Amino acid sequence: MEENTGSFAVKKGLAQMLKGGVIMDVVTPEQAKIAEEAGACAVMALERVPADIRADGGVARMSDPDMIAGIIDAVSIPVMAKARIGHFVEAQILESLGVDYIDESEVLTPADNDYHIYKHDFKVPFVCGCRNLGEAMRRIGEGAAMMRTKGEAGTGDVVEAVYHARTVLGDIRRLQSMPIEEVMTFAKEIGAPFEILMETRELGRLPVVNFAAGGIATPADAALMMQLGVDGLFVGSGIFKSGDPAKRAAAIVKACTHYNDASILAEVSQNLGEAMVGINVSTMPEEEKLAGRGW
Amino acid sequence: MKIGVLALQGAFAEHIVMLKKLGAETAEIRLPQQLDDLDGLIIPGGESTTMGKLMVDYELLEPLREFGLAHAMWGTCAGAILLAKDAHREQPLLNLMDITVERNAFGRQVDSFEAALDISSLNLESDAPFHAFFIRAPIIESMQGEAKALVTLPDGRIVAAQDGNLLATSFHPELTGDTRFHEYFLSLVKEN
Repeated sequence: MEENTGSFAVKKGLAQMLKGGVIMDVVTPEQAKIAEEAGACAVMALERVPADIRADGGVARMSDPDMIAGIIDAVSIPVMAKARIGHFVEAQILESLGVDYIDESEVLTPADNDYHIYKHDFKVPFVCGCRNLGEAMRRIGEGAAMMRTKGEAGTGDVVEAVYHARTVLGDIRRLQSMPIEEVMTFAKEIGAPFEILMETRELGRLPVVNFAAGGIATPADAALMMQLGVDGLFVGSGIFKSGDPAKRAAAIVKACTHYNDASILAEVSQNLGEAMVGINVSTMPEEEKLAGRGW
Repeated sequence: MKIGVLALQGAFAEHIVMLKKLGAETAEIRLPQQLDDLDGLIIPGGESTTMGKLMVDYELLEPLREFGLAHAMWGTCAGAILLAKDAHREQPLLNLMDITVERNAFGRQVDSFEAALDISSLNLESDAPFHAFFIRAPIIESMQGEAKALVTLPDGRIVAAQDGNLLATSFHPELTGDTRFHEYFLSLVKEN
C-alpha cells in the first residue's frame, strides 16, 4: 500500500475537520486546557495575544518553542502557531515541533516586505489571512490550505471582520455572475492566479476552508460571522482578555454551532461578565492597522 | 429515506453532499427533537471533544444513544470515537459500539496521510481500492462482543468496523468523490 503524507488534500482535510468550530488564542498550557474544556476545535499557541502585541509595540516574532511544546503536550486537539510573513525558517522550526497548522500571520511583524512563504514546500499545512479575493487566491497559489479573513486583530471591534468577509464573499458572487470571457481581466485586476480563480468560480466558494478572524468578542459577533457565510472562527484576544474566559469561550463555541437559533444565542449571551475592552477601528490611525500587512 | 448528519462541528456539509448525490433526504442535527423522523444518522469528522461537550450541554447524549440502539449510525474519525465504548480518555462517549479506539494513533497532522484500501470485505459491486484520507486519525484498537473488522491496513491495524447496525471508519469517505461507503451505509439503513 502506498501511503502519502503532506499532500494538499490531506492539508486541506484538517481544515475541513475544524469547520463549524472555534480556534482560540492561548498563551499558556493552562489556557489551552480551559479552551479545550470549553469546546475549542483547536488552539493557537502564542506568547502574547494580539491586544498585548498592540499595547507592547516592538517586534512580534514566533513564540518560544518550549512554550509551544508545552501547549502541544497539554491538549488533545490540534495546535496551531504563528510564523512571521515570509519567515520560512520560523515555519521550518514550527514544522519540526509538530504543530498541526502554521498561521503565516500579519499579527506578527513581517519578516519580508515583498514575499510570502512558498507553502507547498512544507508537509505541515498553512493558514493565511486575506482581505479580498485576490489576496486569498495568491495565498492559495503559494500553498495555503486554509484561509481566514483578517479583520483587525486585538481590537474587539468586529467591523473589519465583517468588511473583509463581505468583500471576499461579494467578490466570489461577482466572479460567478460575470461572463466567462471577463474572468482573465478580472484575474489581472485583482492579481489572482487564473486557474484557482476558475476553480473558485466553478465551486462558488473558496477552494479551501475559510474562517473569520480579527475582532470577534461576543457570541453575537460569532453568529454574525457564521450567518455571513464563513466556515468557522478564530477568536484571539476576545476570550482571555475578558472577565470570565471559560464562560465566554464556551458561549462562543455554542454560538458558532447554533448560529441560526436566536433563542439559544440570547441564552448563551447572558451574564458573561466584562467583554474585552475594545479599540474602535474607525478612529485608529492607518499605520496601526495590522490587516494591511500581506502582499 | 431521511438521514441526519450531526452538525455540532466538523465536516457535516461534506457528508450531506455525498448523501444527496445518492438521492437521500438529509437533515442537519443540532438538537434532540430533530432526531424524531430520521432513518439513520452520521456523526462526521471534527473534534470529538468539541462535539462531546456540545452533546452534553444540549442533552443529546442519551437521545443519540437511544437512536443508535434502534437505528443505523455511522461515525467517521471523531464520529467513530464518539460511537466507541472506550477511548482511553475521560471524555463524553455514546458507548454504543463494542470497540476501543486510540485517538491520534498515527501521530500529529504532519503524519496524516492518504492511502488506497482493500474494501473487498464489503462485498460491493466494485471492489476497486478505496482512496482514503486519514487526518489525525484514530484506530480501532480492539473489538469485543459482536463487533467485526471491515477494513484493515496492510499491517493489520483496523480502520473500519461494524457492530450490527453501527459502522465506524477512522478515515473520511466524505472527502472523496467515491460514494461506495455511503452506499454501504444506506444499505444498512434499509436493512434496519
